[in-house]
Amino acid sequence: MPFIPHNDADTRAMLDAIGADTIEDLFDEVPAELRADALQHVPAGRSEMAVTRLMHGRAAQDTQPLNFIGAGAYEHHIPAAVWELTTRGEFYTAYTPYQAEASQGTLQLLYEFQTMMAELTAMDVANASLYDGASALAEAVLMAVRANRKSKSKRFLMPANVHPVYRQVVETIVKHQGITLELLDYDARGGHLDPASLPGEPGDICALVIPQPNFFGVLEDVDALTDWAHGHGMLVIAVVNPTALALLTPPGEWGRDDKTRGADIVCGEGQPLGAPLSSGGPYFGFMCCKQKHVRQMPGRIIGATVDQDGKPGYVLTLQAREQHIRRSKATSNICTNQGLLTTAATLYMTLMGPDGLRQTAAHSHANTRQLCERLCAIDGVEKIFDRPGFHEAVLRLPRPAAEVLTALEDRGVLGGFDLSGHYPELGNAILVCATETKTAEDLDLFASALKDVLA
Amino acid sequence: MHEQSKANSHQLIFEHSRDGRVNGAHHLDGQADISAIPEALLRRTPPGLPQVSEMDGVRHYTRLSQKNFSIDTHFYPLGSCTMKHNPRACNTLSMLPNFLARHPLAPARFGQGFLGCMWELQEILKDVTGMQAVSLTPMAGAQGEFAGVAMIRAYHDARDDHERREILVPDAAHGTNPATATMCGYTVREIPTDANGDVDVDALKAAVGPHTAGIMLTNPSTLGVFDRRIKEIAEIVHQAGGLLYYDGANLNAILGKVKPGDMGFDVIHMNLHKTFSTPHGGGGPGAGPVGVSERLRPFMPIPVVGRDDNGAYRWLTEQDLPQSIGRLSAHMGNAGVLLRAYVYALLLGREGMERVADYATLNGNYLMARLAQAGFDMALPSRRATHEFILTLKRQAAEQGVTAMDFAKRLLDYGYHAPTTYFPLIVPECLLIEPTETESKESLDGFVEAMCAIQQEADDNIETLKGAPYTLPSRRLDDVKAARELDLKYQPPKDAAGQ
Amino acid sequence: MSNVPNELKYTKSHEWVRIEDDGSVTIGITDHAQDLLGDMVFIELPETDANYTAGEECAVVESVKAASDVYAPITGEVIAVNEELGDAPETVNQDPFGNGWIFKMTPEDAGEIEELMDAEAYRELIASESH
Repeated sequence: MPFIPHNDADTRAMLDAIGADTIEDLFDEVPAELRADALQHVPAGRSEMAVTRLMHGRAAQDTQPLNFIGAGAYEHHIPAAVWELTTRGEFYTAYTPYQAEASQGTLQLLYEFQTMMAELTAMDVANASLYDGASALAEAVLMAVRANRKSKSKRFLMPANVHPVYRQVVETIVKHQGITLELLDYDARGGHLDPASLPGEPGDICALVIPQPNFFGVLEDVDALTDWAHGHGMLVIAVVNPTALALLTPPGEWGRDDKTRGADIVCGEGQPLGAPLSSGGPYFGFMCCKQKHVRQMPGRIIGATVDQDGKPGYVLTLQAREQHIRRSKATSNICTNQGLLTTAATLYMTLMGPDGLRQTAAHSHANTRQLCERLCAIDGVEKIFDRPGFHEAVLRLPRPAAEVLTALEDRGVLGGFDLSGHYPELGNAILVCATETKTAEDLDLFASALKDVLA
Repeated sequence: MHEQSKANSHQLIFEHSRDGRVNGAHHLDGQADISAIPEALLRRTPPGLPQVSEMDGVRHYTRLSQKNFSIDTHFYPLGSCTMKHNPRACNTLSMLPNFLARHPLAPARFGQGFLGCMWELQEILKDVTGMQAVSLTPMAGAQGEFAGVAMIRAYHDARDDHERREILVPDAAHGTNPATATMCGYTVREIPTDANGDVDVDALKAAVGPHTAGIMLTNPSTLGVFDRRIKEIAEIVHQAGGLLYYDGANLNAILGKVKPGDMGFDVIHMNLHKTFSTPHGGGGPGAGPVGVSERLRPFMPIPVVGRDDNGAYRWLTEQDLPQSIGRLSAHMGNAGVLLRAYVYALLLGREGMERVADYATLNGNYLMARLAQAGFDMALPSRRATHEFILTLKRQAAEQGVTAMDFAKRLLDYGYHAPTTYFPLIVPECLLIEPTETESKESLDGFVEAMCAIQQEADDNIETLKGAPYTLPSRRLDDVKAARELDLKYQPPKDAAGQ
Repeated sequence: MSNVPNELKYTKSHEWVRIEDDGSVTIGITDHAQDLLGDMVFIELPETDANYTAGEECAVVESVKAASDVYAPITGEVIAVNEELGDAPETVNQDPFGNGWIFKMTPEDAGEIEELMDAEAYRELIASESH
């Protein structure tokens, strides 16, 4: 019996102590008509050896061509020590740190994580994670409604160049809260949200969402956008790539007006910090905010304190806002979060350090730029947006993206993400990404494959 | 331990940091040209991330890990959490390189192995729950709950039945239930639990009507007992036009024995980090797949794995499920967690799954019997335990001034993680105890001995308990200070020289 | 046994009300309430100049174990809030009827105050609520 230690003697002794004859007797409070028939679609149990063989066979089917897709999930090198330590039993099989004295390892690690995220974003406080970037944006929208006490509206301005699936997730999650998400068009030439095109009198808006970089990889004029939003009584929700923040102005410093500087709420996808691509999960969402909004922030938060001997220690704090206490008035229904992924992220940031992270960002940027140069040298291929980007770019192809991508796959290259579904106005467009993991040979391979396909 | 190490043992990673320490192994060759990025958009000061050698980083976090309790090291009889053994094969086989490397947006033809595992997991979960369809996307139980209640709402909205504004929730329910109902725009009405631990059926009858959207239930309930009138409850709610939501937190008690679909539920969520043994990871990631009856199938969250006639797997999305409540994550949920659950299901197989409930229930009843024989009071002494039961220290609180919290903290010294305390809220000074099926008889006997020893200590000198724990990395922590004087991140001392 | 001053009025949700000489009212939470909630860590005060109807949530008192809503006992306008509670939320525990006051209102209808519970009725209420 896998994982069940009882032998017959144990079972007998235990039933005797209970005063029952058989294990079946212990189910005598379950009405007979509810007892299920035998399971039909669960296969018979297999030994670990057999399951190992099966899974190796499955994995062997999934060899992937050279990957140039980003679009919200980024391939970065993860130092070997990250998952070695993260999968230590003491981290891997630990529970939520409700009994703080027995969880100082996890709690201190999360306090360090919160510190690192606050540093990276230049914000006052960070929480201990949400599920992923998309749901974190949804939580940020719900939080802004609570936090913006001056605004009576539940209207949000959402740029169309925010990740399209993030926008869908936000709609699904906030649907029944009376919130409206008003789409802002992006500039056709720059791919950005042009500050000059923003309405002069927007009315009572709760918050503006500002991505950096945006879904197209293009860099936004974050200072102008932040000042505009604050000048009109809106909160600013920043959606950011954490690797990019090693290089770019962090959201806590956005804006030129000293009095209102900084995004109010920051969120994003933490996957680039140590989580493998892994078919899309588990990843983690991060959230940070200004000090004055901390009580509105969802999710778990760790605080430093002392024990009764005066020694420093860490606890879950501000729990009164959470579901297990506040119940129907909670800031969110979130309970379990993404603890193991924050452990990996903390290790990643520690082992990479500010220099390592900066290099990763810089090399990813440079590689994508070089990739674009090679690809745009091919007849019919052009870069659509003329503004600088972080580590992704949108290219227009002379033929439909889907067929070109399939042909590239046959030549060993995953050429990018087909944008024609979400952005039909861009025509035959793909979003390409070359991270620090790509060598010059890799870029050459892509270029020669594409040349071949388009010939 | 040497005094210096003791002093250092609380140090944060930032305190080990020294300017200019870089991890050479991650140094990338060549200068990357970032001249295309406008100066105004560049960061002026680097982020205050630690600068340590790999040795220092590894040492720091290894030491931190050693301060934790974990299932690998300690017995965790946490009611409602199902802290069973996390088999290592589940981890190793989910982390095969090709699974880890797969980009979520890579075409399905490069992921048939992975998608095949997901398809089969859907089929297994359908069978185990008795539901008609399963979506694997919710990333935790709470998201599963959200999906469930959102589907109920979508169902009523699709029928233009807009009067239904209320969700019923038992007063003993987990906090996520009412929080979720509110997120979906409903008001919550609590239904009392009767003295036997079952939902008060008369109160339920009085509460239902054309304003009832549905009811959220767990069975076995959060009180650790099987609600015997579940079919009657289902009929009452269905007749009033409401739907039934099943919170699968306690699925471990009935796996293979009773199917929520047979009990009359319209939608259920499962906690794979409980019943299917995926690791708790210090607070996640979990996975909360939902199972639905036929009438809720069109509303399932996407994507869902589909299979073509020629056996090829692909994701079913908006086109296939136009009435779906939508997406809950950027991709398809916690894929890696789902793989672990799949491997677990394969290792157990059909017979193994049917045994889970047997031995979880045996262990629950054994522990309850031994503790009752030792003189402790049970909240529902005349009922069978399921996989869990509630012990109440109400008497000791009144007579001796000792609380459930005191017992919990002293148990830590004895090497046991405390059971769930103060939940459900309606039982005073309670310990909700769930041993799970992977604990041996000796493990349970040891726990009973510890509880008896602690009771003896309470009889001799209550201060022993009040001062606990004594032997852990920290004594009892001041959470009032933590909430009043918020200190949520490290800030280097202002006068620090040469950081 | 918690303190229930005779000269005050009370609500079912454990707020106390003191009528001032100028017709305004001062509001806080009772000794019984602060005892149940435990050590206060934060008080979310109502907005000055905001109008609330009787029974509407207008403030939150947060302890480590619970965050509890405070309800306006009468309909009226908030004219003052106790800013000192920002630095010293524990004042609500130490002196719930004095320095632990939370906010002041001008009532829209003085008659509403008469309908609140008196000290005797409140004592009965808390006696019936304890097990």
